[in-house]
Amino acid sequence: MRTRRTALHRAALAVVTAGIVAGTLAACGSGGGGSSDAMKAHGPITIWYSNNEQEVQWGKSMVSAWNSAHPKEQIKAQEVPAGKSTEEVIGAAITAGTTPCLVFNNLPAATGQWQKQGGLVDLSKFSDGAKYIEARSGSAADQYKSSDGDYYQMPWKQNPVMIFYNKAIFAKAGLDADNPDLSTYSSFLAAAQKIKDSGAAPYAIYPAPTSEFFQVNFDYLPLLAAQTGGKTFIENGKAAITNQDALDVANFWKTVYSDGLAGKEQYQGDAFADGKAAMAIVGPWAIAYYGDKIQWGSVPVPTKDGKAADQTYTFPDAKNIGMYSSCKNQGTAWDVLKFATSQEQDGKLLDVTGQMPIRTDLATTYASYFSSHPDYKEFGDQSARTVDDPTGSNTIAQMQALRDAYSKAVINGSGSVEDAFKAASDKIDKLQAQK
Amino acid sequence: MSTVSAPPAAGTTPAAGPPPRRRRPLVQRILGKNPLGWLFGAPYLLFVLVIFAYPLCYAVYISFFDYFFAAPGANVNQPFVGLDNYVQVFTDPAVLQSFLNVGIFLIINVPLTVILSLVLASGLNSITRFRTFLRVSYYVPYVTASVAIIGVWLFLFSGDGLVNHILGPLAPNPTWFVNPWLAMPTIAIYVTWKQLGLYILLYLAALQNVPQELYESASTDGAGRVRQFFSVTVPGVRPATVLVLLLSTITGANLFTEPYLLTGGGGPDGHSTSPVLLIYQQGIQQGHPGYAAAIGVVLVVLVLIIGWLQNRFAGGRD
Repeated sequence: MRTRRTALHRAALAVVTAGIVAGTLAACGSGGGGSSDAMKAHGPITIWYSNNEQEVQWGKSMVSAWNSAHPKEQIKAQEVPAGKSTEEVIGAAITAGTTPCLVFNNLPAATGQWQKQGGLVDLSKFSDGAKYIEARSGSAADQYKSSDGDYYQMPWKQNPVMIFYNKAIFAKAGLDADNPDLSTYSSFLAAAQKIKDSGAAPYAIYPAPTSEFFQVNFDYLPLLAAQTGGKTFIENGKAAITNQDALDVANFWKTVYSDGLAGKEQYQGDAFADGKAAMAIVGPWAIAYYGDKIQWGSVPVPTKDGKAADQTYTFPDAKNIGMYSSCKNQGTAWDVLKFATSQEQDGKLLDVTGQMPIRTDLATTYASYFSSHPDYKEFGDQSARTVDDPTGSNTIAQMQALRDAYSKAVINGSGSVEDAFKAASDKIDKLQAQK
Repeated sequence: MSTVSAPPAAGTTPAAGPPPRRRRPLVQRILGKNPLGWLFGAPYLLFVLVIFAYPLCYAVYISFFDYFFAAPGANVNQPFVGLDNYVQVFTDPAVLQSFLNVGIFLIINVPLTVILSLVLASGLNSITRFRTFLRVSYYVPYVTASVAIIGVWLFLFSGDGLVNHILGPLAPNPTWFVNPWLAMPTIAIYVTWKQLGLYILLYLAALQNVPQELYESASTDGAGRVRQFFSVTVPGVRPATVLVLLLSTITGANLFTEPYLLTGGGGPDGHSTSPVLLIYQQGIQQGHPGYAAAIGVVLVVLVLIIGWLQNRFAGGRD
């Protein structure tokens, strides 16, 4: 009797379990797509912007200007919700269907992944979409096209990274604090060695030596862009990290680490601000951040044999604007996007944040700003020569593969750069082949 | 084990066999003698099903697909890939390295946790002065957020930190968290220290159930403190030991925060990457949750095997 009853109990449990599995399968069977009707719809929308103090100030001002002129298409704005990173918050929101209409903080490298998730609206599908984007950003917009040739992001603003140096430390080390020679690898290494030997600072430079995928943007890739004249680690759908230029950049950094010119430990705080390092690789945001605390100077990132500043490329550290498919009133969202990237709003963004709008003729359009803010002029010039990360669906995985190889061979000095980068190159190509 | 009796054969006298059994109503046969019990158990059952069973089943399901999280209503292709994700798990050097890393972690962390927490709990159980102060002191790291404490450990174990100053010429080079051979053991020691308070508490509770008479008898038989510890205390708290083993293994296998923060994402060169850190990278950052789920399923199976072995060999037959 007990056996029979147990069997019935098991049957009941099996029914419950089957229900779970059925629910799971049902949940997985979702299909569908975006609605073209939504692209014409107008009404209230929500937007997210960065929690950076200056960007919040600009965001509030932009929203206020729009709302006062559009009572029936009000914007509800907020900072990106807290999370480990904006990218993770957006990724989760896409899955949950809770993304706002616009996010003014899109990482270009994550665009392909969000596009694959079905989370982004194809901006090229708006009647004036591609035309508007290319009119505002010119040829710089090309690198933000997705693999299907369409735009899933509006190029917005960048922080082209350069070498920031501490003039007091340079002077203490006996270096020319006003015009230091840091243009070639050999001159950079010589200056770095002098800083260390003189005891002016414990380290010459201190890029974050941690393993997160995005760290390649702040040590390896700016120098790769400079050395190659505007190329990144994937070119024409293939990994481009085993050519001589790419290996030269990696071996330069390997020397920096093996000679003890850069710290290998995670630094708690800001090594540049604390005087632990004489140089940093940063964008124009740093001008307001360091303020008068440090007497600084800036030069382009070095190349093997040296290049003129007006020919040196770097990484832009850009953030773009994405429109999300959960948006019901995409017509309004497109209008807001154009309003927020108008010449007037771009000018306000530059004025409030010091970050460079990705626009053609930046220097001439905002000439008065640069004449009244000479510190930003170099960064404004540099913003014309930047190369960003690719926008593929596996870009982040590819950057992680590159970072792992870099951590192994360059920072930790384990094995040769050539072997590690060859293995990473194979992995990147394999990821590139995946849909 | 009871079995259902065969019906009486035709022609036999009914009075000679067992009394005729009345067929129970179908509802009672499905729900058991006390159907109300299901009602009382329903909230917990629902909790287990929704919070544990559903995600676990879902993880197993997606591990057989080239799965990624999609927007509601999005028309995306997530093809069935069979065992491909599992093949990749067992051939990806980064994954194998992460399992080796967590193995090293468990080999250091679990025995150290059991030994230290039992010894300290026994000590705390026998002292009379500062008892409350010491109990609270051991418990404080456990209730403090890891993120807050990690800054202190980074300061202590940095190249020019306090530990290296004390060690002087004996300080390791490269230093602790950037040394491929020392990063994971240092994390294991950190986690042992941080979690110790909980396990001490478990042992303290268990020690209250060890009869005092056993210690008196052992003492009468001439057993010293050490002998009493091994012959009375250790067997007396065996159920708690099994619990500590299981809990420390499960929490250790789920290691994430410490390599994420202490070693900056699994460094140096992947020597402190844990499987859960890889799951996070693959599933959340890189958009490959199918593959991440396969790593997770393998981890769950390994933890179940270790847990079964611990229960089998440390738990005894009871």
